[in-house]
Amino acid sequence: MKIHLDTEKCQGHGRCYSLAPDLFDCDDLGTAVVVVTGDLNDEQLAKARLAAGNCPEFAITIGD
Amino acid sequence: MINPRVEDFATDFDHTDEAWVADPYPIMEDLRERCPVAHSDRYGGLWAPMTYEAVSAIANDTDHFTSRTVVIHNGRPGDEAPPAPIGVAPPISSDPPFHEIARRLLLPAFAPRPIAALEEFTRTFCSGLLDQISDAEFVDASVQYAEHIPVALIAKLCGLPPEDGDQFREFVRIVLEGVDLPAEERIEAFKPVEDYIVAAIQQRRENPDDGLISYLLDAEIMGNKLSDEHVFGSIVLLIVAGIDTTWSAIGSSIWHLAQNPDDLARLIAHPEMLPSAVEEFLRAYAPVSMARLVKDDFEFQGCPMKKDDWIFLSFPAANRDPLAFDNADEVLIDREINRHSAFGLGIHRCLGSNLARMEMTVALEEWLKRYTKFELNASEPTTFSQGQVRGPRQLPVRIVERA
Repeated sequence: MKIHLDTEKCQGHGRCYSLAPDLFDCDDLGTAVVVVTGDLNDEQLAKARLAAGNCPEFAITIGD
Repeated sequence: MINPRVEDFATDFDHTDEAWVADPYPIMEDLRERCPVAHSDRYGGLWAPMTYEAVSAIANDTDHFTSRTVVIHNGRPGDEAPPAPIGVAPPISSDPPFHEIARRLLLPAFAPRPIAALEEFTRTFCSGLLDQISDAEFVDASVQYAEHIPVALIAKLCGLPPEDGDQFREFVRIVLEGVDLPAEERIEAFKPVEDYIVAAIQQRRENPDDGLISYLLDAEIMGNKLSDEHVFGSIVLLIVAGIDTTWSAIGSSIWHLAQNPDDLARLIAHPEMLPSAVEEFLRAYAPVSMARLVKDDFEFQGCPMKKDDWIFLSFPAANRDPLAFDNADEVLIDREINRHSAFGLGIHRCLGSNLARMEMTVALEEWLKRYTKFELNASEPTTFSQGQVRGPRQLPVRIVERA
């Protein structure tokens, strides 16, 4: 399972990189950037789901 | 301007009505069940969607709705408001494509890292306010605490003298309350704000500093310096949007804790829960309702909207929609999944959201470090603001136990 970030939808609310700083970072404008682009281990998967579930713009999905 | 009382919010909606000001949440719930997009002939025609789905749809639809003016006032804005795409206070009043250009100029100043650099200043400032309260038993958490914090931060960001900060709350009042005055009186009332900001801009043209005013004066759009109107409008925006909003969010959080001793005890025992509590306070007591104007006659979810009708865009109502949130009317400070819209949705996401979150977190941390038990002081009135920003303006609490 991998993180998919829809950069068109991301508005820089910053929830993902606050909740899962090991998986997400931000650029100079505050827009989210995925740090871990490959397959997620179980711990990372839980954090990624937390980030996805707190994105107000529904910009993050977890899938193959 | 005092409007007649509302009898039915479904057909005569008015967010300034005292019932809405006192407690809007039961009204939102009632409307969601029987009339999810309320209407009013007031303000020249207004629609008020109460569901998350409708609020999100409008916030994301810049084809049919313009941000040209975002403060609802009597009468139709007609030609008085500057035209899209720039508007009076870019980027909040701007539409695409100009919106993104104006926004990208400001975003770096409000990104997480520059805001984190202001945390120590904020902590020292909050701690100083609490030193002044000292060992008083009765404290007004709004007047003596919350209202001062965002003023200090906005002054610091703009490079304006901290002692000028208290004037800014008066500026906010003039801008937000002056909207119903006749044009001549409004221009007259706005004069002190205009004079202050024009002078501040002029001083920094001559002697640049490292604040945001100088930054904007130095910025360029496609090789051209910003117009004076653009710089002026953006500074008005920072002062108006950055103060009563965060003041409200800090106040509402303390208001909740003063009435919910179990939540207070949990936060004292588990300070690591504060980040999720802050998000839940933002959801449940979202301070800001925005506005849009209908661009052209348009049918939205069966509603015959007319050009220049107002949209009262209630993020607080969206945040209480049970279709979008489990137990939407309960405040759960450990809520795990929380896609709240307190900072808006879509391209106008609050520019200062990182700043607001930092201020709220630090303000609550410092307050809770000193006061481990407190309650509402019922012998004094708690009052809430009227208008598009909701929060306590008088918040009398009794300190029961100190750390």
